[in-house]
Amino acid sequence: MSTVERVPPPRSYLEEGYGLRSWLTTHDHKRIAILYALGITFFFFLGGLAAALVRLELVTPAGDLMSAETYNKAFTFHGVVMVWFFLIPSIPATLGNFLLPLMIGARDVAFPRLNLFSWYLYVGGGVFTLLCLLLGGVDTGWTFYTPFSTLFSTSHVLLAVVGVFIVGFSSIFTGLNFIVTIHTLRAPGMTWFRLPLFVWSMYAVALVMVLATPVLAMTLSLIALERLFGVGIFDPALGGDPVLFQHFFWFYSHPAVYIMILPAMGVVSELITAGARRRIFGYRFMVYAIIGIAVVGFLVWGHHMFVAGQSMYASIVFSILSFIIAVPSAIKVFNWTATLYRGDIGFDAPMLYALGFVGLFMLGGLTGLFLAATALDVNLTDTYFVVAHFHYIMVGGAVMAYLGGIHFWWPKITGRMYSEAWARFAAILMFFGFNLTFFPQYILGYEGMPRRYHEYLPQFQVWNVLSSAGATILGAAYLLPLFYLAWSLRHGARAGPNPWDARGLEWQTASPPPPHNFEQTPTVTEGPYAYR
Amino acid sequence: MSARTHPVPEQFDDPVQQREAATLGMWAFLATEVLFFGVLFAGYTLCRVMFPEAFAEGSRHTDMLLGTIETAVLLTSSCAVALSVREVQLGGRRAATAMLALTAALGIAFLVMHGFEYYAEYREGLIPAIRYTQQGVYARGMEIFYCLYYFITLFHSLHVTVGVLLLGVMAWRTWHRAFDQDYHTPLELTALYWHLVDIVWIFVYPLIYLVGRSG
Ligand SMILES: [Cu+2]
Repeated sequence: MSTVERVPPPRSYLEEGYGLRSWLTTHDHKRIAILYALGITFFFFLGGLAAALVRLELVTPAGDLMSAETYNKAFTFHGVVMVWFFLIPSIPATLGNFLLPLMIGARDVAFPRLNLFSWYLYVGGGVFTLLCLLLGGVDTGWTFYTPFSTLFSTSHVLLAVVGVFIVGFSSIFTGLNFIVTIHTLRAPGMTWFRLPLFVWSMYAVALVMVLATPVLAMTLSLIALERLFGVGIFDPALGGDPVLFQHFFWFYSHPAVYIMILPAMGVVSELITAGARRRIFGYRFMVYAIIGIAVVGFLVWGHHMFVAGQSMYASIVFSILSFIIAVPSAIKVFNWTATLYRGDIGFDAPMLYALGFVGLFMLGGLTGLFLAATALDVNLTDTYFVVAHFHYIMVGGAVMAYLGGIHFWWPKITGRMYSEAWARFAAILMFFGFNLTFFPQYILGYEGMPRRYHEYLPQFQVWNVLSSAGATILGAAYLLPLFYLAWSLRHGARAGPNPWDARGLEWQTASPPPPHNFEQTPTVTEGPYAYR
Repeated sequence: MSARTHPVPEQFDDPVQQREAATLGMWAFLATEVLFFGVLFAGYTLCRVMFPEAFAEGSRHTDMLLGTIETAVLLTSSCAVALSVREVQLGGRRAATAMLALTAALGIAFLVMHGFEYYAEYREGLIPAIRYTQQGVYARGMEIFYCLYYFITLFHSLHVTVGVLLLGVMAWRTWHRAFDQDYHTPLELTALYWHLVDIVWIFVYPLIYLVGRSG
């Protein structure tokens, strides 16, 4: 694909300094990626703990483990942490930060100091959120709907809002950095249509971060002011409009779904091509699909508000647009499948994750169409069907892809190979645990079980017990990589520069890479995925 | 430090690339700013549709004369900052510094005038949550109008304040020969930012002070 002069491997970025200080003041995108990885892993398990409490409560129909209020706080904390402190930064801030400059042949991102500052903002937001938890938590749901959040809730809404506000700036600055990096720092010969799809997905996600997150930040500020001073534009008692809040909130939060899933799509494109030794099928279509999803994603937010009193005509438009956005998503699934066709498919752990992603994403996407249909949505709104749908996208989709990517690039990041047998076992266990947890929730929702209650009717118990049992398996599957990946850091076999025999610039430098990524800036002479 | 001694950070190949990156970064940042204000303008639009008479009444309580002078001051300052960039490009260090100082001074004048407005509104009892004494049929809608008025103008004034500080730094650096014909990217970016602050005000002025006033 390109030419890199072979010289004896220099010191890697990991050997540049060992003290805490060398990490906390680093400007190296690779080290910042690792800082992020530590943060999001912490929050992932913290949010997972809250989910475990929720599933434990739901084993029995009666609300016997915790009060309704505590339950509300548990699922709110789960939502806030998983959305803003895990899913949104997950792939972009870790894999994206690490790989983006490598994949385009750059020495770093365009603004390394801003990159480090983003991480500190992430930590700062996390501190406020933890403070909120320690002082008693927040019970509004991650959506902070008014007027409950502004007038009635007696929990620590302000602290949570401040935490999310701060972490929002972290993602704005990450997005800004990525946009500028991709525009200005591509290596000679790396034209736009030679960019790997992962880079394209980072570009699209950066645009969404930069253009959607400010709306969230401003909306949260308005909530904070309204709570503090008792005046504002969302309060119906003052003549304001709480539905306006929902419009603002979902104007950000629907695109936020694509902040989570677009990077996952990018990762899977890399995993599938390398695992099947095939060129991606329909590269340009994949690029247009990514951009299409990012753009149309801004125009569908109203599908969260079909029963919120928005005009019927608005609902019809939002419904149609929501169907339309399924088209580029479907193109991607078809193209991944076509890429696999007649491929030389190896079932290494990253490939297992990628295949799991495609299946679960498809199921999540198709049930999304149920919810985009205005008539059906009236029945399904705020039921477990919705919960199952978005967990298939976010957990089945985004988390599977994130872990697949972590496994795939682990040898590049650490220079070590993990235990393949354990990794495959974890991937398969995760797939089964996931389906056992969330498929019953489709049925529960379809039968009418509402979300966000700590009690339910006895006839729902069987499915709830199954779901909680699945959650146990899923939890175990998530813990496994912690152990075997940590083990590999010391005992794993040394990985060469390119253990998967993959294409792409990141595989042409040492593992782990030297501080400035390449000994000599590579020159690119052909498109990505130069398999067969 | 001039262009010749200004070191290019390691991630860039050359000053041209660095300049491109910085400029694009600024534009991306300005895009986020537009969305920040966009939320407030969208809120304003919706509430205005809900309470058209109260918004007109609220508009009548604003100080149009001061608002107009503020607009003129801000527009003039934008012109001054543009001239300072031009002067640096032509090598006029002294004139460039003077123009930057003028811009900052006009920004401060804007803030002071706004302070007087706020004070007058305080005495009139027009500040929601702090001192609001309006009565009558429009009192409620006007309270929303003034809420938005304060959200928007305070958020804008925050930007003016940041801008003034930046301009001060730029004036100081220009005076100390940090910039020359070849290298003056920070100055240009500050000017870009200042223009945005100005442009936002061009939308704020009619929405707050003019619309519905005569009706
Ligand atoms: Cu949505």
